[in-house]
Amino acid sequence: MAIKGQIIIDTEHCKGCGVCVPVCPMKCIELSKEVNGKGYNFTHTVNDKCIGCASCAMVCPDGVISVYKKKI
Amino acid sequence: MNKDIEARKQELLNDGYEEVYTRTKVLTDAVMHYCPGCGHGTTHRLVAEVIDEMGIQDQVVGVSPVGCSVLAYNYFDVDFQEAAHGRAPAVATAIKRLNPDTFVFTYQGDGDLAAIGTAETIHAANRGENITMIFVNNGIYGMTGGQMAPTTLVGMRSATTPYGRRVDLNGYPLRMTELLSTLPGTYYVTRQSVQNPAAVRKAKAAIRKAFENQKQKKGLSFVEILSNCNSGWKMTPVAANKWMEDNMMPNYPIGDIKVDGKICEGIDANRLVLDHALTVMQ
Repeated sequence: MAIKGQIIIDTEHCKGCGVCVPVCPMKCIELSKEVNGKGYNFTHTVNDKCIGCASCAMVCPDGVISVYKKKI
Repeated sequence: MNKDIEARKQELLNDGYEEVYTRTKVLTDAVMHYCPGCGHGTTHRLVAEVIDEMGIQDQVVGVSPVGCSVLAYNYFDVDFQEAAHGRAPAVATAIKRLNPDTFVFTYQGDGDLAAIGTAETIHAANRGENITMIFVNNGIYGMTGGQMAPTTLVGMRSATTPYGRRVDLNGYPLRMTELLSTLPGTYYVTRQSVQNPAAVRKAKAAIRKAFENQKQKKGLSFVEILSNCNSGWKMTPVAANKWMEDNMMPNYPIGDIKVDGKICEGIDANRLVLDHALTVMQ
């Protein structure tokens, strides 16, 4: 049984600090090349390896990441 | 946009997902004015989450300082009072004495707590006021443009020490947490940081303990949080966190110093008398 995670990023409120990128153990977050309304390169997920560990949400200074998981 | 996100969250819940983490309701929807990657945002979140978990939102009164976190009252959905520069512990003393059933916390930076407010801080701790103090230490005056603070490391560059802090000219860094732990009025004194998930979880446990201590009316709880200041240090947020681990932590060791009114085992007595055997930065 594996665990599948999903994160929802409030991209409009993300400031693109990138603190969540190195802490992700599955390397599934990166900074986007696009920018949001304020001109920040927001974070986005690049693959579906997320395990729902919430490390990214723990370090996010603005609390824009919500984490969900389920067993499959 | 927000409605869209709420809809996506609901969709996941309907799809059999369980919620692991989401932004607490004790924080308002206002976007924080802090620089990207600042430790203030994480610390705000942790305080709000602790208030949420303890279910004391309507009993909490916060006191905000002068400094980067001067607008903290915009971000917490609890009662708040703004204090004059450095006087947050004095204001918190009055609030706690007049309303003993409230949970009172101050949220201060190093320019507020360790510089202009040193007298208020030390005397509030010495009286053993039953409050919680959150002290965010980034070793610099962040809001005014990165000038030298009392907590600036020896050799650290800032706007007013462009060649590094010199001991003969500028003195030694002030370690408030060690200083306060020697006072009998303090009940819980600890230093934590917020640069990675493990440190954040430990910091949250420390803040939780500091609020729980208010219920027992034992004395002052003091939580120092080491934070980066990427704008003041002129680094990216990730590099600033690394720099903090490499340079700040040797001078400001992480961990509990005093728990339940007793100095922890393994804390060297020399460390508490500020032995000045400080690591000099390169």
